Amino acid sequence: MKKEWLDRLHGLAPYALTPLVVLAALPAIGVGPWLTLTVAGLTMGIMLFLVASGLTLIFGLMDVLNFAHAAFVAVGAYVAVSVLRPLAGWTSELSLTLNLAALLLALISAALASGALGLVFERVIIRQVYGAPLRQILITIGALTVIEQLIIVIWGPEAIPLPKPASLRGSVFLGSSSIETYRLVALCVGLAVAAAMHLFLTRTRLGLVVRAGVEDREMIQSLGYHIRRVFVGVFMAGTALAGMGGMMWGQYQALVDSQIGDSMTILVFIILIIGGLGSVGGCFIGAILVGLTSNYVGFLAPKLALGSNILLMALILLWQPRGLFPIAGH
Amino acid sequence: MTADDALLRLEGVYTNIGRYRILHGVDLVARRGRVTALLGRNGAGKTTTLRTIMGLWKARLGKIIFEGQSIATLDTPHIARLGIAYVPENMGIFGKLTVRENMLLATGRGGFAQQNLNRVLDSFPVLKVKWESPAGSLSGGQKQMLAIGRSIIEPRRLLLIDEPTKGLSPAMVDQLVEALLRLKREYTTILLVEQNFRVAEAVGDDVAVMDEGRVIHAGDMAALGANHGLQHRLLGLSMADSV
Repeated sequence: MKKEWLDRLHGLAPYALTPLVVLAALPAIGVGPWLTLTVAGLTMGIMLFLVASGLTLIFGLMDVLNFAHAAFVAVGAYVAVSVLRPLAGWTSELSLTLNLAALLLALISAALASGALGLVFERVIIRQVYGAPLRQILITIGALTVIEQLIIVIWGPEAIPLPKPASLRGSVFLGSSSIETYRLVALCVGLAVAAAMHLFLTRTRLGLVVRAGVEDREMIQSLGYHIRRVFVGVFMAGTALAGMGGMMWGQYQALVDSQIGDSMTILVFIILIIGGLGSVGGCFIGAILVGLTSNYVGFLAPKLALGSNILLMALILLWQPRGLFPIAGH
Repeated sequence: MTADDALLRLEGVYTNIGRYRILHGVDLVARRGRVTALLGRNGAGKTTTLRTIMGLWKARLGKIIFEGQSIATLDTPHIARLGIAYVPENMGIFGKLTVRENMLLATGRGGFAQQNLNRVLDSFPVLKVKWESPAGSLSGGQKQMLAIGRSIIEPRRLLLIDEPTKGLSPAMVDQLVEALLRLKREYTTILLVEQNFRVAEAVGDDVAVMDEGRVIHAGDMAALGANHGLQHRLLGLSMADSV
């Protein structure tokens, strides 16, 4: 009985990690900046989750470590630039409805463009290297360079400003805390996408097949499911999510360049390792932890900010060597 | 045996794993409505035979005929959809999914048919108790029951079961034997790989013994059970004496 309780507590411990980090930061930072930093950390985390969740699903189901994932982030950001330029009239108006409509259009376009490119990429490149990890690494790194150069050919070498819509500039004040309006919107959008993804994975048969396929590809085929077709769908969805993440990250930074995805890559891989390769739930918690840690440490000890997430990863791996929510077989 | 008796027939099947040839011309028949026990020492090629039938490893040469149709070149999902269910040695349980979700994956688009579900839950009542628990939290015997229950949640023409009693307690083995006998009474065709001779003898109608990648004996299970000399010659002491 005691052992059962201990096992249960051990299973719940990874879920307690994020609230513990949030609460531990409160006395060190003080209420005002703590709230600001917490919202900033959550926003950063949710955007990182959008990018990382696609990559973890692709790796979990297909055993493909796609180093070109950053390119789909960049494609999403640039497509958003192209969509928002002609909609400058909507974004410069002080109308929340028009601003959100423009953002929504840009978000959908980014997802569609990245997803469509992902479909072609899977058919032309990834399909040739299933089961060959070394060739996957080489070809996806090569593809990353090619796509980034193509972006420069199409959109030019200079970084392009992507200003926030008029009504989403500035901040809202809660007591002594100031919270950027855009961050609140990005947080809501990101949470909505994460919730939709959760519902898809837990409430639909296709989601069930994806979750089962991540655990045991061979068995899911033995149950009559064509895993290759699921691969294509997951690859498209993963790249579409990267595109959405790129659009939101670009808007967050108010600037887009061809290497926008590269800047997220290290954090994304840290998230994958922290969460447990192939685990979407782990990826969510990992992303939030990384976002919060970056912001808290950046405030408390700016010199440590760069290495804080690597330190976080090392500590978690010492505690849980296969990540917080490991999946069998990975 | 008439030609119609054979639900599954392997003729001269050769299978390689990487550079190594594992099956060297397997000839095997699984007759309709009967349990065929596939016996042999470790490394004889029993698991490879099941995986080759399922299309998980492709036959290099030879024929695999199921219901008169050649299935040697079909992919695994296609073979499964013909009505062949596979319970692998590691049980193939999705540990992060609940018992219900594991079972649901083996049903058609319409989900559970109540009659089939009741039949499985009556055979394996523990699955009803653990219905919403993660399958990974089940004991070894419970996982095996889930694996077999999942394989029969829809009517199947042929069950391929690989060493279901491996690592189970004697009490759990008895429960599984009872479940297999129930399936047998329902006229389910089973090709059963089993190391425990007493289990194979209790459940099997026909027997095929493998050694070094080929079938070296095929015949009636009862006849092999009664002939201790033949058991020792074909299977060796360790297996024939196993409990």
